[in-house]
Amino acid sequence: MIPLNWLLIVSSVLFAISVAGMFINRKNLILLLMCVELLLLAVNFNFVAFSRYLNDINGQIFVFFVLTVAAAESAIGLAILVVLFRERRSINVEDLSTLKG
Amino acid sequence: MLVQVLFWIFASVLAISALGMITVRNPVHSALLLVLCFFTSAAIWLLIEAEFLAVVLILVYVGAVMVLFLFVVMMLDINVEEVRARVTRYALFGGVVAGVVVFEMVSVVWTRSLGVDVTTGAQGQPANYSNTAELGTLLYTKYVYPFELAAVLLLIAIVAAISLTMRKRAGLRQQNVAKQVAVRREDRVRIIKMPAEKPAAAEPAPTEKGA
Repeated sequence: MIPLNWLLIVSSVLFAISVAGMFINRKNLILLLMCVELLLLAVNFNFVAFSRYLNDINGQIFVFFVLTVAAAESAIGLAILVVLFRERRSINVEDLSTLKG
Repeated sequence: MLVQVLFWIFASVLAISALGMITVRNPVHSALLLVLCFFTSAAIWLLIEAEFLAVVLILVYVGAVMVLFLFVVMMLDINVEEVRARVTRYALFGGVVAGVVVFEMVSVVWTRSLGVDVTTGAQGQPANYSNTAELGTLLYTKYVYPFELAAVLLLIAIVAAISLTMRKRAGLRQQNVAKQVAVRREDRVRIIKMPAEKPAAAEPAPTEKGA
């Protein structure tokens, strides 16, 4: 079987890649949303791994709820993105400085 | 042994596709690579016997969320080059942050696992074990209230997404239900009493009644 260590390391690598992605793609709003999805996937990895290795199925229930919330979040985020693009014709984060004053 | 080899294959595919996702230029390509990430994660979850969540990940993420992402990416006409103009400015900083994150997490996992027996792996479940039945039992008994809340949350998300993106077109004919319901008989029908006419000499025309 797969040791717990390996799963945790894979999950942390995934987390780090998505954090780096947020820095690299910090101008493109749609890629930022995708990086958030990847980040949540890394967190879910930890939940599933510990749930299996501690033999406690409650962790998998939590993953279920995280998936639900992430789906709702991405749906609303993409809706906001579409409205934004309709208004500004751009999804560049730097164009969204109306509140800066 | 085979499971471990498969795990490393899947893990490397996962890492490479995640790296590709954050570095490719085309947003459509990065959405497709994210699909590959989710699919590979589902495979790894299957390897550690979390079958239900693996299937849910494929159905919900690959089947719904990523299709929505691809839809939006293709619908919006994004100028890729303009968005990617100064991408390398923060690549080094992002890489450093990511490296620190990996180092910290791996070191924590490493030191905490020195004295603990975490390297043996989970016990395999017996052949008649059903992950789905186990999760379902828990979900509909202990977690039934959060489950209902999650359903309401999804409903709110649907309503919010539709109301955000719906746009009013000029010249669109709509029905006003309140007006339709509030209409009375007198507004539509007028009955006129009139005396019967005498038939004409040659051919009697049919009498018309106000309808």
